[in-house]
Amino acid sequence: MHSVHSIPGGIHPPENKTQSLGKAIAPLPLPARLVLPMGQHIGAPAKPLVAVGDRVLKGQPIADAAGFVSAPIHAPTSGTVTAIDDQPVPHPSGMKARCISIEPDGKEEWIVHQGVGDYTALDKAELLELIRSAGIVGMGGAGFPSAVKLATDKPIESLIINGTECEPYITADDMLMRERAADIIAGARILGHLIKPGETLIGIEDNKPEAIAIMRQAAEGSGIEIVTFPTKYPSGGEKQLIQIVTGKEVPSGGLPADIGIVMQNVGTTAAIYRAVVHGEPLISRITTVTGDAVAVRGNFEVLLGTPIQHLLEHCEFDAGAASRLIMGGPMMGFALENTGIPIVKTSNCILAPSRQELPGEVPAQACIRCAMCAQACPVSLLPQQLYWFARGKEIEKLEAHQLFDCIECGCCSYVCPSNIPLVQYYRAAKANINKHKQDNQRSEIAKARFEARQQRLDREQAAKDAKRKARAEKAKRAKAAGGDAKADVVQAAIARSAAKKASQDPAQAAIERAKSARSGGQPATTPEQKIAKLEQRLATAIEKRELAKGSGSDKLDAFEASVTTLEAKLATARSELPAQTVTTPKAKVPDSDPAQAAIERAMAKRAGGAPSESPEQKLAKMEKRLATTRKKLAQAQAEGSEHVEILQQSVQKMEQKLEQAQRQLAENT
Amino acid sequence: MAFLRVTSPHAHTVQDTASVMRLVLYATIPGIIALTWFFGFGTLVNIVWAGFIALVCEAAILKLRGLPVGFYLKDYSALVTATLLAIALPPYAPWWVVLVGVAFAIIIVKHLYGGMGHNPFNPAMAAYVVLLISFPVQMTSWAAPLHTLVEHPLPPGPLEAISINFGLLRDGVDAITMATPLDILKQNKSLMMEDLWLANPQFGLVGGRGWEWANLAFLAGGVFLLARRVFTWHAPVAFLLTLALMAGFGYDSGSSQSGGSPLFHLFTGATMFGAFFIVTDPVTSAVSNRGRLVYGAMIGLLVYIIRAWGNYPDAVAFAVLLGNFAAPFIDYYTQPRTYGHG
Ligand code: SF4
Ligand code: SF4
Repeated sequence: MHSVHSIPGGIHPPENKTQSLGKAIAPLPLPARLVLPMGQHIGAPAKPLVAVGDRVLKGQPIADAAGFVSAPIHAPTSGTVTAIDDQPVPHPSGMKARCISIEPDGKEEWIVHQGVGDYTALDKAELLELIRSAGIVGMGGAGFPSAVKLATDKPIESLIINGTECEPYITADDMLMRERAADIIAGARILGHLIKPGETLIGIEDNKPEAIAIMRQAAEGSGIEIVTFPTKYPSGGEKQLIQIVTGKEVPSGGLPADIGIVMQNVGTTAAIYRAVVHGEPLISRITTVTGDAVAVRGNFEVLLGTPIQHLLEHCEFDAGAASRLIMGGPMMGFALENTGIPIVKTSNCILAPSRQELPGEVPAQACIRCAMCAQACPVSLLPQQLYWFARGKEIEKLEAHQLFDCIECGCCSYVCPSNIPLVQYYRAAKANINKHKQDNQRSEIAKARFEARQQRLDREQAAKDAKRKARAEKAKRAKAAGGDAKADVVQAAIARSAAKKASQDPAQAAIERAKSARSGGQPATTPEQKIAKLEQRLATAIEKRELAKGSGSDKLDAFEASVTTLEAKLATARSELPAQTVTTPKAKVPDSDPAQAAIERAMAKRAGGAPSESPEQKLAKMEKRLATTRKKLAQAQAEGSEHVEILQQSVQKMEQKLEQAQRQLAENT
Repeated sequence: MAFLRVTSPHAHTVQDTASVMRLVLYATIPGIIALTWFFGFGTLVNIVWAGFIALVCEAAILKLRGLPVGFYLKDYSALVTATLLAIALPPYAPWWVVLVGVAFAIIIVKHLYGGMGHNPFNPAMAAYVVLLISFPVQMTSWAAPLHTLVEHPLPPGPLEAISINFGLLRDGVDAITMATPLDILKQNKSLMMEDLWLANPQFGLVGGRGWEWANLAFLAGGVFLLARRVFTWHAPVAFLLTLALMAGFGYDSGSSQSGGSPLFHLFTGATMFGAFFIVTDPVTSAVSNRGRLVYGAMIGLLVYIIRAWGNYPDAVAFAVLLGNFAAPFIDYYTQPRTYGHG
């Protein structure tokens, strides 16, 4: 038996799970329209691959991942693309975003697809590519692209499959474990093959005895262990579950992989199995519909993009009786304003509670500092103090009290006898601080840019002055030479050349400039290095942010902020890049001087500068070259020319190169 | 169709501040019964009178501050303050002492410092200290539970208590008050503990006569609140343990210089009342569990020091105020370790 550890705090809200556990997972009739948001995951929204009017097949990719942290989207059924526009998407702010709408034709016609018979024959990159191209993202609520999480090259001690499902009301994972245990185990084995963990554990709260028994049976002989632990909210938070099953804590601001842990939700794991073994992309998910305002409660296999309205109609929703409509659970879910919003990859529950179940807002009373919130906090914060500081906008104290480690689980608000919406204060405070920081950073960037410009202008002025002085001296000397009757012409020439050397030798000047830059006048790194570094940092930041989202939005805002600032920085660095390459030595050097050009090149090399074009530019160039070569090849083939073979070879070579570059780019960004 | 847009969490416990305060009030009942049994109806009269003043003061101040009177009166916090102060006061303190005390607690200590939840000092204890300094005679006249010995008349009944407290029978006070066990102990210079016990009827089995039962009753109320999770065990247990430990050091097996046994200290004066109804006041104590351990221990230490060497016989009020004062510093040094921070 695997030992389990306890976590501080936590609460025991009424579970309300039995309502939706009565029936098997049921399919849903096809809706009249599917609306697929491009951003169903954390990271860059996908890029549409289809146009309005296109006919698409079930499982056909309709949008492609836009970058490393992104995920493609597939048509959930066959039909016609009717619109690509902005629609309301599931988001706490009720915002609109780019969506592809599909009108199903009812034929459910699959695209040709096939799984991999023996995935153990695939190497890591191939397997990851399968998972990536199937559009699989964390389905427990986070939506972080699974392939990114799994691409870690850190040694992994524990692979943890999260079947905790600690939020009240939600039973999607419970039913999945009961009905598709074999899929989950098979998925876990694929993951095991992929990341080679020391142990694979499946964590389940002890309020799901049926699921535990079935999973235990399914896991028999697989070496995968089912770990059960007492029910307590929020045991299913990524950080909390890690603490429960391993006793370790993810360092603040770090990733689980930093301590040798990778976690995936059971739904995600099953989806990975279907993607690898059956070649099916992620086009549907299990969603719980529950609450007293629906007459039919249960779990449904819902096509992504299904409007909630369709789901609710099927479940005989009584809009008049509902106190609100929640996507997710009562602790961390967000309220929806209308029913037109679609089910996405992360929608695990639609909760339609009656007024008796979840009454409207109760006015908050004064904080009596009873510390019930602190007793309930699973990350050992002092919510009452945070509340105090948040009201006083005391940013330093908020940070000293680790506001950004708050996972927004809602335990504190739940227990607060004064009904204070504590989490709301924290969200606002986090957003505020991030904005503050961003503003600061922005003004700092502006300041740095201004100073750099000032320095450049000063330098240019100084150079001009020096030139003028040299010229004046030269004139004076020439005059003196001219005045002296015995003036030696040769002497004058020497003087001239010396003056020229002193004032104008560009190589000398360039080297001096470089020296002064290196000795602290300017940042020691080249702009290219800076950009590379920034890119790297951005990638980490995005990953962290996504993982933060995955683990229940802990620190999300902080990461979000750092991503935006990094993006801003990167943009400025890039925009500065061409300017800088122009202003550095080249600008003041006569182009005709070949020696100078050589020095310049050498210097650029010395400074470690990469070619000034970005990898994307390079890629584009390569693609263009490839296209031209292909065209030539076609022509040669048509003409029966003898160059065909050579051209073919070069096309092949180019393709290889291109692929390599693409891979590199994906890794870098 | 637009639905209510609210942020998570959507669920909430049924417990509210008013119910917490009500629990505290219920938990004082055993102690009040014990006090009434041994010292007569004076305390009850004071509680009713204090409660009335508290509600009037609270309502007036809320009105002045432009806050919704009904909404805030319903949190019962004024009644709790009044009840706790009335329990701490001598049962036959004159009506104006109660009036001054409650008004001071509500208007100055509570509202002038920002109202509910903002006050750095425990209102009941701050008012108690002010009264003790201003009216030492009235504040040190405690009734004695002599009726539990043979031949003594019963303590004042309801009507008698009212007439005493409201000044009609003021002369009667002297007849029913005596030095408290803590006073006696303080004044003792020559007698061994055992002899002191025999010489003074105020001493009971282990603590003061009657006092020990009242302490036991407050302990029961405290255990009830602990069971209902109104507060955690940290502050009261640290307080009681430290006090007992200090008393153990100072006991020296009962010489005339002895400071009284641990049991004597635990079951005399305001010890249990202080431990479960004052030290546990969330507003004015340290906030974290560790902080509350330190806070409780500090008050326990101070209570013993003041009882043993200070000028005032009972010390809970002073010690608590000092503890209140130190609470922010304690908080600063006892911030819990957050998840993910080494
Ligand atoms: S639970 Fe509410 S009233 Fe109690 S200390 Fe926390 S914020 Fe204040
Ligand atoms: S929401 Fe934040 S402060 Fe409140 S209990 Fe959860 S982690 Fe702690």
